[in-house]
Amino acid sequence: MKIDIILCGVGGQGILSIASVIAEAALKNGLYMKQAEVHGMSQRGGDVQSNLRISDKPIYSDLIPKGEADVVISLEPMEALRYLPYLSKEGTIVTNSATFENIPDYPQKEEILSQIEKMPSKVIFDVDQVAKEVASARAANIVLLGASIPFLGGISYDMVQQGIRDIFGRKGEAVVEMNLKALAAGKAVADGMK
Amino acid sequence: MSKQLLLGDEAIAQAAIDAGLSGVYAYPGTPSTEITEYIQASAEAKERNIHSRWCTNEKTAMEAALGMSFVGKRALVCMKHVGMNVCADAFVNAGMTGVNGGLVVLAADDPSMHSSQNEQDSRFYGKFAMVPIFEPSNQQEAYDMMYNAFEFSERTGEPVLLRVVTRLAHSRSGVVRKAMKPQNEISFPKDPKQFILLPANARVRNRNLIAAQKSFVEESASSAFNAFVDGSDTSLGVIACGIGYNYLMENFSEGINYPVLKISQYPLPVDQIRAMAASCDALLVIEDGQPFVEEQLTGLLEPSVKIKGRLDGTLPRDGELTPDNVGLAFGFKPKSTFTIPSVVQMRPPALCQGCGHRDVYEALNEVVREYADYKVFSDIGCYTLGAMPPFRSIHSCVDMGASITMAKGAADGGLFPSVAVIGDSTFTHSGMTGLLDCINEKSNVLIVISDNETTAMTGGQDSAGTGKIEAICLGLGVEPEHLRVVVPLKKNFEEMKTMIREEINYNGVSVIVPRRECIQTAAKHRKQAAKQ
Repeated sequence: MKIDIILCGVGGQGILSIASVIAEAALKNGLYMKQAEVHGMSQRGGDVQSNLRISDKPIYSDLIPKGEADVVISLEPMEALRYLPYLSKEGTIVTNSATFENIPDYPQKEEILSQIEKMPSKVIFDVDQVAKEVASARAANIVLLGASIPFLGGISYDMVQQGIRDIFGRKGEAVVEMNLKALAAGKAVADGMK
Repeated sequence: MSKQLLLGDEAIAQAAIDAGLSGVYAYPGTPSTEITEYIQASAEAKERNIHSRWCTNEKTAMEAALGMSFVGKRALVCMKHVGMNVCADAFVNAGMTGVNGGLVVLAADDPSMHSSQNEQDSRFYGKFAMVPIFEPSNQQEAYDMMYNAFEFSERTGEPVLLRVVTRLAHSRSGVVRKAMKPQNEISFPKDPKQFILLPANARVRNRNLIAAQKSFVEESASSAFNAFVDGSDTSLGVIACGIGYNYLMENFSEGINYPVLKISQYPLPVDQIRAMAASCDALLVIEDGQPFVEEQLTGLLEPSVKIKGRLDGTLPRDGELTPDNVGLAFGFKPKSTFTIPSVVQMRPPALCQGCGHRDVYEALNEVVREYADYKVFSDIGCYTLGAMPPFRSIHSCVDMGASITMAKGAADGGLFPSVAVIGDSTFTHSGMTGLLDCINEKSNVLIVISDNETTAMTGGQDSAGTGKIEAICLGLGVEPEHLRVVVPLKKNFEEMKTMIREEINYNGVSVIVPRRECIQTAAKHRKQAAKQ
């Protein structure tokens, strides 16, 4: 089993929390993993990404080679497109459709969405909207994680649920419950699209 | 013990704690910051009373660590690569004094400049100071090297340089811990002259250090971190340094037929390299950063040996290694991939909405544009983003503290108005001495210390000058009537403009301190207060 994941979005959206939940789930289940992320200057509202690699064999490179990512998980639709050269031709994009427009020359939303529609395999929906409806706007990242589960290879729904308990446990039961609800809502959206 | 999920930085921090650390000394800098933060947050470190407070700059950090080593304790100094420039005097001379307690200097290099102004390679500093260097290829190796490094330092009597790169520092992996060791008891150097580098003593120390080089090479040759694996295809021998080894193996996951020498400890194991060169038609050097090993090989090997790497274009001359560019070096065809649609725009980092630096630049822009020839010299920090639109406020960003001294030099050269914009943490790091130069010559400069009461760019660490900025300026000799403080908010916009105009027109040193807490740390503090 081997899965390569690109997580992306805009600094501050919470992609690193998604990464740590999946990573915790993988490690708990005896898998090898590497997760490279960006700190520092780019976190100030710039584009951010994390390379997450999971395998049942030792992993060498911290970075995913071009054309080898199984899935691009993005909290922002334009950011999903930025990492296309890393996506395998058989890979899937799971992305938020809600844009984060903090630059003056942000393109027309329709143009972005039509590019994503052209992709052979994608899951796209308004993650922010679902998060607000079922939990809290802050849980958008976990809704997106839920929608990504069908594309995470050997990482099952149960494993991710446990990952959420492990990562958010110290913040209290209410936070865990909220995130589990967000996760379920995201998964339901992806299941409905099948 | 079970595996823990740790960043490379965190693995190093945990290893230092486990290996009997008594103090970490550091100034924040990407990608090294998380090492000290991990130790600050560690319950084990607290229990063991390990020193972990931030230092004013990398030089004070290096010297304090050397002092801790002097009394026999184990000390760690951490910095980003350019911090090595700041502490170079102390670092190189620590090579001359040697150590008493184990001393490890951690330099985190940033090839590709993800968050830096250059991609200098710290291994050159290690060679310059003639001390052993360790360069891990993965997080577990980073842990193991740090865990052994104090004892290695005590055994050889020298500080050691531990060099990592961004992709190791900021990548997480499962790491297995080892048993905790006790801290050293206090002890003093056996030779009372060891740390007194008067020329007569220094000549002795220098000869000793030169003589020790042979044993350092032997240590490298027998090190478990350096490994030679023979291969049947001798058309090429591969030398893979540090993280470069991972990119090599990523490309040969089914096995490699070329002989491979993995290098993670320096000085270079010369005999092993010569032996490999003798049996191979050519050598390829894979190293992240500058061509440190590649350049040395030209002096170590016969001119007939063909050496490939960054210098001959087999690998790119600049930028970090990736699995892709290492694959290309072996002639592997890149995969066909999707391309980025042209609709995608760049999304550069920007000052946060609500940040006080924004108000400072807005007011400054309006006033300076009243003058024909103005220049604004700036510095390293969040406020460097004032170079980007819509502000485009600054004309320089070079090194920590350079805003003040460059403004002085430009004023000396006839520029008016000559303005410096510097943050509070950068000011105490390396700006104070430049301010004294300005005062001693009554230079015609305006210095804006944009004080957000934190070291913001690296994530909101304590700033050494918080609550002391005015006292420092007055103490250095700034005239009280030309030291002015303002809160950078929209409602004070006109007040700020008037203040800036008045102080530009004053022929002498003026300091304006716009002070408002970083909105990121303010939010964090509000959250903490709400919990209590």
